[in-house]
Amino acid sequence: MKELKLLAVVVFFTLITYWGVEPFAHSQMHKHVEGHNFAYPDIKPSGLKGDAAKGKAAIAACTSCHGIKSQGIKAPMDALTASATYGVNPPDLSNVGALFDTKYLIAFLQNPAHAAKAKKMAMPAGMAGTAQGAADIVAYLKSIAPKELSPKEAFTTACGRCHANRYGKWTQIGDVPKTKGNIKTGNDIELSKFKMNVAKYQDKLADYMGKLPPDLSIIARARSEHYLKTFVEDPQAALPGTAMPRVGLTKEGFEKVDAYLESTGDPSKAMREKTGPWVLGFFVIFTLLAYGWYKSQWKGLK
Amino acid sequence: MSDRRDFMGMALGGFAGLGALGVLYAAKRTWDPLPSVKAGGFTTLDLSNVPENTLVVEKWRGKPILIIKVAKNAKPNVAPNGNNENAYDDKRLITVGGHKYMIVVGLCTHLGCIPDYFPEKNKFICPCHGGQFNAAGEVLKSPPPSPLVIPPFKITGTKVVLGEEGPEYKKLLAAGVVS
Amino acid sequence: MAHFDPNAKPFSNKWMNERLGVDTLKKVLSTEYWIPKNINFLWAMGMVLAATFGVLLISGIFLLMYYVPTTKEAFDSVNYTIMSQVGYGWLWRHVHGVAASVVFLIIYIHMFTGIYYGSYKRGRELIWLSGMLLFVSFSAEAFSGYMLPWGQMSYWAGMVITNLFSLGSLNLNGLVEWIRGDYVPGQAFLGRFFMLHVVLMPLIIIALIVLHFGTLRLPHVNNKDGEEYDFEAEAEKWKAGKRKESKVIPFNPVFLSKDVFVMGIYFIFFFYLVFYHFEFAMDPVNFDPANGLKTPPHIYPEWYFLWSYEILRPFSKNIGLMAFGFAQVIFFLLPFLDRSPNVAPANRRGIFKIWFWLLLIDMIGLTIMGKLPPVDPWSKIGAVFAYTFIALWIVLPFISKMEKPVGGK
Repeated sequence: MKELKLLAVVVFFTLITYWGVEPFAHSQMHKHVEGHNFAYPDIKPSGLKGDAAKGKAAIAACTSCHGIKSQGIKAPMDALTASATYGVNPPDLSNVGALFDTKYLIAFLQNPAHAAKAKKMAMPAGMAGTAQGAADIVAYLKSIAPKELSPKEAFTTACGRCHANRYGKWTQIGDVPKTKGNIKTGNDIELSKFKMNVAKYQDKLADYMGKLPPDLSIIARARSEHYLKTFVEDPQAALPGTAMPRVGLTKEGFEKVDAYLESTGDPSKAMREKTGPWVLGFFVIFTLLAYGWYKSQWKGLK
Repeated sequence: MSDRRDFMGMALGGFAGLGALGVLYAAKRTWDPLPSVKAGGFTTLDLSNVPENTLVVEKWRGKPILIIKVAKNAKPNVAPNGNNENAYDDKRLITVGGHKYMIVVGLCTHLGCIPDYFPEKNKFICPCHGGQFNAAGEVLKSPPPSPLVIPPFKITGTKVVLGEEGPEYKKLLAAGVVS
Repeated sequence: MAHFDPNAKPFSNKWMNERLGVDTLKKVLSTEYWIPKNINFLWAMGMVLAATFGVLLISGIFLLMYYVPTTKEAFDSVNYTIMSQVGYGWLWRHVHGVAASVVFLIIYIHMFTGIYYGSYKRGRELIWLSGMLLFVSFSAEAFSGYMLPWGQMSYWAGMVITNLFSLGSLNLNGLVEWIRGDYVPGQAFLGRFFMLHVVLMPLIIIALIVLHFGTLRLPHVNNKDGEEYDFEAEAEKWKAGKRKESKVIPFNPVFLSKDVFVMGIYFIFFFYLVFYHFEFAMDPVNFDPANGLKTPPHIYPEWYFLWSYEILRPFSKNIGLMAFGFAQVIFFLLPFLDRSPNVAPANRRGIFKIWFWLLLIDMIGLTIMGKLPPVDPWSKIGAVFAYTFIALWIVLPFISKMEKPVGGK
């Protein structure tokens, strides 16, 4: 009994230290941002009904900069030339309807910098003309959106033009290609060319954004799940003055992106949760057997 | 008390031994080649533009691969073992797109040096100890004890994938001519 | 003089005894190494530490197979290769990181057990000193190890701690650059801390563990009442079969059986942390790759260094450094600052009882304040704890001299 009391004292002081150093200290260091679960309360619903057919007819307003691969519309410039011109590569619009919030998109088309809460945006305001025009184009984009999107596709669409993910072999200009080097020299010119293009793009991007957006390979372990969610929903609330725009993902869109970030940042999670019970179970049985041995050794000694 | 059989102690020790086996298993897996190594174990050769009787060198699993598109008459100029056969007729050659190719791991079966090919002589001569092979990889002069090894391969059209065991490879393996 | 029986069968017990004295070794180190019965589970902490050190060695060996000690590749060799490509690499990494943190929890419990029961006195001074040397060595090992993943915390902790060596107003910047091998932490810095962590410190630690056991053997382990035992007499009772009357038990197998039970419970706790609750040991800040051009908003050492770090903070630069130096060294002097001859648990030593609990609470207070941002009220509270720490050590010689002798042998 006395030993249990002693253990309680040790555990007590350990837990106080743990509480002070971990949950308490962290709560003092980082203010808690609540978030709105991707409801975007500051954006009023447009109240307009979008006509997808009208939107399709008006799409030329967009395709002067954007491609729509799924509809066979090529982007007017390659990624590198686009970055030299605009600072960043305008996204392909095929998947936009599957990932982003409708009222956000309508607001974005009318005033990109304002909706994104960014100081500046390469995309000019009013490209869709009127608010109704914006609603029509958004309706069209929603109509061509794919039903199923993989986590990687969600990431590359929503984040991939600014953020690399080297563990996922993704760069801002696309996946790292499989190349074959020259056996005689050991050089790999194709890969070197690709790397140079990435470097050129990143230089332009860093000028445009003010700094190079970080590689997101392991962001799932560098930030908490809650932080990532609230940060993506409203970057300015979590990190005032940040260059990252509010991108307007829906809740489901973010969950897909998050799943991809987890796959590159914490890929051993499943194995860890599978192996844990076995190891703990082993030590429970070990302790029971050890208790039996202890009792047998100390019988009649005290 | 401790003079009797220490059953609990033995039970504990045995159970702990099981745990040690678990640790050894995890340790063994840590030594396993990484996924990138295993994935890199496949090389695709495109044979469409290989010139005749010219040595082409590729790499597979870090080893040199020697490829020769064998000419219709590939008799070695001098065959020290007396086997003056036309390499073109050798069972070891692989037929791809109507042409016959020697595809072997370019390591002499004596001590692992890379043999040089002499097209005008239709044979390999190893720089280290003078061993010789014909254009089908068969030994013409010792010290190499066996022919140049044929790696596992699979033919798809005009391409050959090294690292996969296709039906043609399996036939050669069964016939005992792979090495 | 050695005598060798030509008829002894090779590798038989007689043959091994003639050559290695195995029976004597077994008796001295194991079956006739006597431990008092009058102990509690805190006496198992030493073996728990040895087991944890073993866990660190083994997990470290597997990490070492894949870790690349260059500033360009270190981060990804750990967070990509080891964590996602190597079979069970994630397991070794988690085990190693959690063990490196938990070992200090056990070290502090072990230290404070010694302080409470007076196990640094009356023949046991060298056990205490070799133990303190182990504490310093483990600290160096932990610090050097933390540099290796080359994350933001690795870099900036390296920057801050090596800056300490400028010694305040002495401005020994040349010394700081010499320690780093460069103006800032870089490849030279990483290489030398890799050497320290993998070779030099482990060898020193192993030698010190052997010394620590050596200093323990003759005085024997203490007991809950601080009673001085006649180990020979008690041993005779045990060997005569009077096992209940004897006040001692043999290390192997009797004490070991309790040790192993305590270790079982410890490992349940340990592996729970490894699999489910590890962020205290693997801080998210270190999952950002090192960036010399961007200081993280909060830099802090690992929890076990916080009390010592906090002692720096309330004072001006030079005084702070002196207080810091004082804190590192003062624990060594405990056997000589405690002037009381009483070897007894603190609760029977009058004022020393208060001294003990104040010290414990003070160190926990310093630890927590050390993590908090240096703003009010935390800096004010931290200052109070820092002054208290210094005061406690200054008064120790006086209150111990005034201590009444505790009854008993």
